[in-house]
Amino acid sequence: MLARAKAPALLLIAPTGGGKTLAGFLPSLVDLAENPHPGLHTLYISPLKALAADIRRNLRAPVEEIGLPIRIEDRTGDTPASRRKRQRADPPHILLTTPESLALLLSYEDAPRVFAGLKRVIVDEIHALAESKRGDQLMLGLARLQRLCPGLRRVGLSATVEDPPALARFLAPHPGPCEILTADPGSAPDIAMLETGAPPPWAGGGGRYAIPAILDQVRRHRTTLIFHNTRAQAEIFFHDLWLANDAGLPIGIHHGSLAREARERVEAAMTRGELRAVVCTGSLDLGIDWGDVDLVIQVGAPKNVKRLVQRIGRANHRYNAPSKALLVPANRFEVVECVAALEAARAGELDGAPRSPGPRDVLCQHILATAAAGPFEADALHAEVTGAGPYAALTRAQFDACLDFAATGGYALRAYDRYQRLLHREGKWQLRDPRSAAQIRMNLGTIVDTETLKVRLRNGRGGTPLGEVEEGFAATLTAGDTFLIGGQVVRYEGLREMTVEVTRHADRTPRVATYMGTKFATSTQLSDRILAMFRQGDWPALPRHTADWLALQRDLSHLPGRERLLVETFPHEGRAHLVAYGFAGRNAQQTLGLLLTQQMERAGLHPLGFVATDYATLIWGLDEVADPAPLFETETLREGFADWLAGNAVMKRTFRSSAVIAGLIDRVTPGRRKTGRQATFSSDILYDTLRKYDPGHLMLEITREEALKGLVDFGRLEEMLARTNGRITHARLPRVSPLAAPLFLEVGRVPVKGAGEERLMAEAAARLMAEAGLT
Amino acid sequence: MNGYDFTLAGAALTARASGALWWPAEGLLAVSDLHLGKSERLARRGGALLPPYEVRETLARLAAEIAATEPRTVLCLGDSFDDVAAADGLDPADRAALSRLMAGRRWIWAEGNHDPGPVELGGTHLAEFRLRALSFRHIATPGARGEVSGHYHPKARLSLRGQAISRPCFLIDADRVILPAFGAYTGGLRSDDPVLEGLMGPQAVAVLTGPAARAIPMPRRR
Repeated sequence: MLARAKAPALLLIAPTGGGKTLAGFLPSLVDLAENPHPGLHTLYISPLKALAADIRRNLRAPVEEIGLPIRIEDRTGDTPASRRKRQRADPPHILLTTPESLALLLSYEDAPRVFAGLKRVIVDEIHALAESKRGDQLMLGLARLQRLCPGLRRVGLSATVEDPPALARFLAPHPGPCEILTADPGSAPDIAMLETGAPPPWAGGGGRYAIPAILDQVRRHRTTLIFHNTRAQAEIFFHDLWLANDAGLPIGIHHGSLAREARERVEAAMTRGELRAVVCTGSLDLGIDWGDVDLVIQVGAPKNVKRLVQRIGRANHRYNAPSKALLVPANRFEVVECVAALEAARAGELDGAPRSPGPRDVLCQHILATAAAGPFEADALHAEVTGAGPYAALTRAQFDACLDFAATGGYALRAYDRYQRLLHREGKWQLRDPRSAAQIRMNLGTIVDTETLKVRLRNGRGGTPLGEVEEGFAATLTAGDTFLIGGQVVRYEGLREMTVEVTRHADRTPRVATYMGTKFATSTQLSDRILAMFRQGDWPALPRHTADWLALQRDLSHLPGRERLLVETFPHEGRAHLVAYGFAGRNAQQTLGLLLTQQMERAGLHPLGFVATDYATLIWGLDEVADPAPLFETETLREGFADWLAGNAVMKRTFRSSAVIAGLIDRVTPGRRKTGRQATFSSDILYDTLRKYDPGHLMLEITREEALKGLVDFGRLEEMLARTNGRITHARLPRVSPLAAPLFLEVGRVPVKGAGEERLMAEAAARLMAEAGLT
Repeated sequence: MNGYDFTLAGAALTARASGALWWPAEGLLAVSDLHLGKSERLARRGGALLPPYEVRETLARLAAEIAATEPRTVLCLGDSFDDVAAADGLDPADRAALSRLMAGRRWIWAEGNHDPGPVELGGTHLAEFRLRALSFRHIATPGARGEVSGHYHPKARLSLRGQAISRPCFLIDADRVILPAFGAYTGGLRSDDPVLEGLMGPQAVAVLTGPAARAIPMPRRR
C-alpha cells in the first residue's frame, strides 16, 4: 500500500479478516505523521454507521499509542448537530462517514472550504456499496470532490468479487486507470452440508427439521452465527429453536426490523462473548468485528455463491485459520442447490450480475443537490458527472433530460411559468428560491424504505419497543391476531398514533409477520451449475434421498436442461397443470407466470393461478395446454409484457422509490408523518396520471428501466428464452412428476385476477353488512 | 352496481361509485373537494413539481358524471380550488372545459376552507345551501340533521384474506352524509380517525368508491 501511495486510484481486494481497513489508512497515517497537515486529509466512507464508529475506535487506539497528533472523528446521521456544525467549521484530519452524510456535506455552499486540501479518500466494503444506488450516489459525490481537489487519490477496499476490473472502473475517475491489488486469499474454507437425522422436507424454507442437529453444533462451538435469507424465516426459526433449547443456551436474534435497542443489546452481549449463537440475516453481513465466531451456519440455499463466501468469512476472524461453515438446505431441491454452491465455493468461482449503468433518478437528485450548493454551469456539471465510473456512458441528451426534470419537472405541458425549480441566469443554473435548498437536503439519499410502523409492547412503562412491521402488514391485522417479532409471539391490540400496540401471548403457532425480507433469486451461475449437474449419469455428491429423486424424475419425465426448456403438462385433482422449468430465478419465473397466464387467458384456456420458485413456474387451469410452444414465443411474450408491465403493482412500487430519489415527491420522514393528513396522497395517483397524460415522461422511463432489472427481471427471462431458443421438450404425463410435486407445497400462490378483487370485495362487503344487521 | 341508494331526511339519494352524490328527484349532482390547481399551487410555492394534469383529470371525471346523470344543478361542496390564486391561474384549455360543463345548468360553488370568497368563473357562490330538508355545507356541524358535507376526504379499509384495500368512501348515517374527495390529487382520512368516529352514529355505513360502490359497516377502532 505504501509503495502505491501515489496511485490515483487503487482497488485492494482481500478476504474478510485480512486487516485491509488498516492497510487502507496506512499511507494516510504515514503522510500525516511526516507532514503536519491543516484541515481534512483523508475521508473514509463506509456503508454502515456502526462500521464508521467501529473503525474510529480501532484507528484511534494505535494513533494514540504512538502519540501521533492526528484527529479522527466520525460523522453520520447519529452525530449530534452541534458536533456536525463544528466539524464543518474545523474539520478533523480523518473524517469517517457514510455516502449519505457525504452527499449532505457536498450540498452546502461551504463544501469547497471544508474539503480544501483533501488528499485521500478510502471507500470501505466497496463491493457492498456497488450493489445498490448508494454506490452510484457516492461516485457522483467523488466526482464532485475530484473537481474540488484535483489531486485526490482514491482507495477502494473490497471483499472477494467475481469481476475486479468492473469494480475498478466503478471506482476510478473515468477514464483514468485503477490498479488492482489482490491479497493472499488465506486458507481455503472448511465447508460442508450439515448431516441431519431426518431428510429435509419436500418444500418450504424454514429449516426446522434441522434444529436438533443445529443445536448440537452450537453446543460444540464457542459462538455460532446462524444465517437466514429472510427476516420472517429468521423469526420463525428462532422461535422454534428457543422451544427446543432445553439446555437453555444463550442465543440471540439480530435483524434489520428489530428495534435499535434490541439490536444493540444483542451486539453488546456478542462482543462480551456472552452468546453461544445469534440467529441473523444480512444485517450481520458486513465487516464489523464480532470476535470469537468459530462457526457459520447458512439455513436455506445461499442463492448466490459470492454471498456465501462472504458470510463464511464471518467465522474465524483470524487470517490463518480456515473458516468453518455448514449449509442446511431447507428442502429437497435446495440440497441440489447447496451441493452446487459448495462446489462453486471450493472451486473459488464467484457469481454476480454485471452492474448496469448509473440510474438517472440518482443523477436527478445529484443535480438538485449541486444546485443547493450554488449556481453551476451545465457543461461543467456534465463533464464532472461523466467522470464518475457508473455515468461514463451517459449521453448529453440524457443529462439534459435530467437537468430539465430537475429544473421544470420535465412535463410535455409547458403552460406554467411557475414550474421552475431551477432558473438559468447569466449562464448558470440556480435555485429559483434559495429556501428550497433545505427541502432538497431533507430528501437526499437513495434508500427508500417501505413505510413501517413501530411495534411496542403495551405495558405500564410507556411501551417497550420491539421492532417494526410494514404498514401494509399492519393494515391486515385485526385485534386478537398473533404474530412473531423479536422471537416472541405477540397479540395485536390496536394502532395508536402510528404505533402498533401488542401484548405478550403464550400462543405457539403465530401468524407470521410478512415484513419483506429481501427474497434473493438464485444467481445465473448457480442455476447453470445445477443444470450441468443434471446432465451427470449419477450423483455421488448428493445424499441418497436426493439422488434417487432425480433418477426417478429422469425415468418418468426428463431432467431440465440448459439448451432446451422442459415443459410438463399433467392433470391433477381435476385441473390441468403446466410446469415450465426455466431456472431463471424467482423474480423472472414469477414474471413468466404472469405473462403465460395472460396468454392463456386470451387463448381461452381459463388459467386459475400460478406459483413460482427459483427454478420453475407451475400454472393450473381448467383446460389442458395441448401445444405449449406458441405460448413461449419471445415476440408474443414481449408484446404482452408491455401491456402488463404498465399497470403492474411492481411498477407502482418502483415508481415510488424512483420518484422519491429524483425529488418528484418528498421523502416521508418518521418524525414528520402523522395521522390524519388528508393533504398527502398516494404516489400511485401520480403514476396513473403520468401514464395517461404524459406517457413519454422521464420518470416513467426510469421506472421501466429500474423495474426491468429489479423485481420484474425481464432480462433473465429474455436470457432463458435466448438460451433455449424455441427448443421445447414437452412431456405430457399422466400424473404429477417427481420434480413438480414439491411445487404444490410452495406458498405464494398468485390467483389470476380478472374481476377477482372486485368479487372478493362484494362477498366480504355482503358478509360484513349481514353480520352487522345493516342490510 | 353504479351506486348505493339510501334515504336522508326523507330524500332518496345515491352514493355513486365515482364519489359523487346524486339526488334524482331534484336533478342535483354534488361533488366535494375537487382541489383544482393543486400542482400549480405547490409549484408556485416552491414545493414539488407534480405532473400538472390533475385539473384535466378531475374535470374529465366530472364530465363523465354529468353525462351520466344530466343534472339540472351541480353543487361543488367546497375546496373546489386549492386556493384563490389557483382558480385565477387555471390553464385556458382547462378554463374552457369548465365553462362547457357549467353551460346550461345551475352551478353552485359552496365555500371551503381552501377557497373562501368568490372566484371569477360564474356560477353562484354560497356559504351554505338548503333544499327541502337537506343542508349542504363544506364542514359537518356536530348535531346537525339532514346534512351533506365534505372536507374530511374520508377513506376506509377492507381486509381481504391477508390483503387490505383502502378506498375513498362516503360516510352515511341517519343524520348526515360525508362525501369523499372527488379531486384527482387528494389523499384521505381514515374512517377510524377520532373526528370521524365522533361525527358518525353507531350504525354508520361506509360506501367504498372505485369500479363499483360497496357498502360496509364503517370501520372503527373498536
